Amino acid sequence: MISPANYVALAAILFVVGGVGVLVRRNALVVFMCVELMLNAVNLAFIAFARLHGDLNGQVIAFFVMVVAAAEVVVGLAILTSIFRARKSASVDDANLLKY
Amino acid sequence: MMAHHLVLAGSAASNTEVVTWWVLAIVAVGAALGMILTRRAVHCAILLAVVMLILAGMYAMQGAPFLAFVQVIVYTGAVLMLFLFVMMIVGITASDSIVETIRGQRLFAGLAGIGMLVLLILVVGHATIGAAAPSGLRNSASNVQGLARLVFTTYVFPFEVTSALLITAALGAMVLAHRERTSPRPTQRTLSRRRVASGRPTPLPGPGTYARHNAVDMPALLPDGTQSGLSVSGVLTTQDLQARRNGARAITGETVGANHADDNHEEDR
Repeated sequence: MISPANYVALAAILFVVGGVGVLVRRNALVVFMCVELMLNAVNLAFIAFARLHGDLNGQVIAFFVMVVAAAEVVVGLAILTSIFRARKSASVDDANLLKY
Repeated sequence: MMAHHLVLAGSAASNTEVVTWWVLAIVAVGAALGMILTRRAVHCAILLAVVMLILAGMYAMQGAPFLAFVQVIVYTGAVLMLFLFVMMIVGITASDSIVETIRGQRLFAGLAGIGMLVLLILVVGHATIGAAAPSGLRNSASNVQGLARLVFTTYVFPFEVTSALLITAALGAMVLAHRERTSPRPTQRTLSRRRVASGRPTPLPGPGTYARHNAVDMPALLPDGTQSGLSVSGVLTTQDLQARRNGARAITGETVGANHADDNHEEDR
């Protein structure tokens, strides 16, 4: 059996990769996808800990994370389309009206 | 029961699991790295689908079959399709600009990532994460029944709050994506009047088909041998311009030039 530690390490790697993606990428869609990657990595860790402890609480939490992530994507993408309609751009650099 | 089964299966099954895990893990990390390295948003979405499917497999390997299926249905099925739909609205060719708006941002982001990775790996390495508990199915007949019992007893209040969250999110998306009409919708009568008043009551000419081309982006030839700009759809002209601009420099999804081309086309008519 693969130890839960391996899963947690993999989750850490995926989380960091997603975080770097959020910092580096400029396209708002890609930033969203990297956020999804981070959420998925956290879910993997939750499920690994659920197996480690031998109960299902971690799996329930991962389930709730999935639900919240789905709601977040729906609202985020709606905001993205309305910004795109107003500013003709999906780049996070162009949405800077509140900057100064 | 599960642990008993695994003991019976012996080391051969365990070996297969180890090999499968390493292959899946390496592919997942590679796809995740590809996500932040590839410039096209579509490629990013495909690589994200790979990561999500692999994670679904890993959930199944860890005794979470319900979450594995939810992962495939909700994430790979619904969320990623939503991303692809929005990508169609925003522009399938939208790619990142290679210009750094903040000087040295990528370098520092990479350094921060490496720092965070080292920190997390050190933490995980120092923690004593033991072997898995013998069974993940305590007090229940199956994974789904156990999850259902928890969701509807211990977590029933968060569960109900979640429904409120989902309704709010759906309403919010509808409000945000809704666009109010500023002018009344043109009826068939006004459209036909406008068409007669425009001086060209007939349909626009079809695209030209020549001996060596059968493409719709070839303009038709008029009797005097000149090309008719009206025979090519404005959408194709826009796409052509975009493709040319993509070749010249990276675009960030802006379509100012495209609108300009549309305006020109309107004037032609």
